[in-house]
Amino acid sequence: MSITTHLTSRLKADAPAAAPRDQAVALDLRAVQKTYDTPGRPQVEAIRHLDFSIRKGELVCVVGPSGAGKTTLLRSIAGLLDLTAGEVVLDGTVVTGPPQGMAVVFQEYGRSLFPWMTVRQNVELPLKEKGLDKAARREKVNRALEEVGLTEASEQHPWQLSGGMQQRVAIARAIAFEPTVLLMDEPFAAVDAQTRAELEDLVRSLWKHLGVTVLFVTHDIDEAVYLGERVIVLSNRPTVLMEDVNVDLPVERDQLTTRSHPRFGELRGHVYSLIQRAKRGDRPDAPMPGSHGATEA
Amino acid sequence: MTRFLKAAGYAVGLPAILLTAWWFGSANSTDPFWPPLSTIIETFPTTWTWDRIVADVFPSLARLGIGFGIAVVVGIVLGTAIGLSPTLRALSEPVLEFFRAVPPPVLVPIIALFAGYTGWLGKIITIALGCLWPILLNTVEGVRGLEPVLGDTARSYHLSRWRRLVFVVLPGASPRIFTGARQALSIGVILMVISELFGANRGLGAAIVQFQRSFAIPQMWTGVILLGLIGVLLAAVFKVVENRMLAWYLGQRQIERGE
Repeated sequence: MSITTHLTSRLKADAPAAAPRDQAVALDLRAVQKTYDTPGRPQVEAIRHLDFSIRKGELVCVVGPSGAGKTTLLRSIAGLLDLTAGEVVLDGTVVTGPPQGMAVVFQEYGRSLFPWMTVRQNVELPLKEKGLDKAARREKVNRALEEVGLTEASEQHPWQLSGGMQQRVAIARAIAFEPTVLLMDEPFAAVDAQTRAELEDLVRSLWKHLGVTVLFVTHDIDEAVYLGERVIVLSNRPTVLMEDVNVDLPVERDQLTTRSHPRFGELRGHVYSLIQRAKRGDRPDAPMPGSHGATEA
Repeated sequence: MTRFLKAAGYAVGLPAILLTAWWFGSANSTDPFWPPLSTIIETFPTTWTWDRIVADVFPSLARLGIGFGIAVVVGIVLGTAIGLSPTLRALSEPVLEFFRAVPPPVLVPIIALFAGYTGWLGKIITIALGCLWPILLNTVEGVRGLEPVLGDTARSYHLSRWRRLVFVVLPGASPRIFTGARQALSIGVILMVISELFGANRGLGAAIVQFQRSFAIPQMWTGVILLGLIGVLLAAVFKVVENRMLAWYLGQRQIERGE
């Protein structure tokens, strides 16, 4: 059964088929820098300089070699980590703590869901904080669960579900929160390939129908090219921007045709070679040899 | 059904063997301190009449309940505060280690000085103090050991302090809190008896001592048996509460271990 087709037919009734794309900036990173400086431990420069912005309604993927500070970047954007320098601006407001209009889907789905609550209670909890009344919460929870295809599992506990379904719960919780920006930190790294493909399509369809801005961090090049409208490639640590790759694939994507599209192969190859270069330590900001570590902010 | 019978068989098996051994081992005993089990059992209903249960057993259990209840509330409140605040933890750690190392019965004479030992107050304080430490220390560990991703999740969804406490911190710490409470309950039963050995008034422990002093040896033995039975009953009640409140935890653990 296809969740996507089911969704399309249902959502067409009450929402425009494609949310209007705005050119306004949703998320802006300005000269972001992060150095871990814990007393008694060696200093680690994780992010040296990152400067990019994401327009409203865009789906942008971030890839980089392992250890490229992807999670550091995501946690900084989510307001869970203080920056050393620079700023993250969400909808015109500088992020100083977890911002209002943002929801995060963490990699560790099993550990980001509350095991003592049912699926429904997990999705509902953030809505309680928003001060919605019971009927409104119920309606939003039901819709979110329906969107991820989990209506049947609503009274179960997360640990009774498979990994893929648990991550669906986390996604349902995020979209029920109705964020303007949805951050996803390697959300499908721990699920099997088939489930992964399903979840990728789920993200694409949710993005299209809900008009939410998505920043998707992954280490998987194929996934980044398949999902993103843009792919931001990071260098090795300390992180700078390698290249901002525009993905000019058709908006309608599916696992079979998109992945065998010649342009998909080209983009994939391009990003792959960038990552290989990044792994070797080739970086756009390396004018002098041995410049790591000692650079000033 | 057969599974239930099997479990019941295991549970009853060893006690049955021990009782049989006691029965035959003591059958022809003439030693006044080791009366035959048959004599002890005959003495049971005449000793533990309803009046005596109301006068001796209920007050003991009530003091245990109050003392244990105070320890649970104070232990969880203090433990949560200490677990959440690194400053408070640094401040209180040496003190906690000290009090944990002091055996609770040692406190009895000291408490007797301040609170007296004929009334309920001194006994309840003894039980509460003894029960407090395992609950407090386990709560601190439970709160500290909370999964960091859950903390991040709570923060990124802007859960208020209160909601974080009620929906995230306390449920997350609850398996450890129950571990502490289980230890505290057995300490509580011990202290319930010990606290009555000093005061002269009534109570289960006091009754046992009085039987012993008046050479009512079979009656003394019935008191010991009754105490054991109360321990078994309390453990069973605790298990029922735990199974109810930690159903999610037990279920999750079962799945993680592959049934």
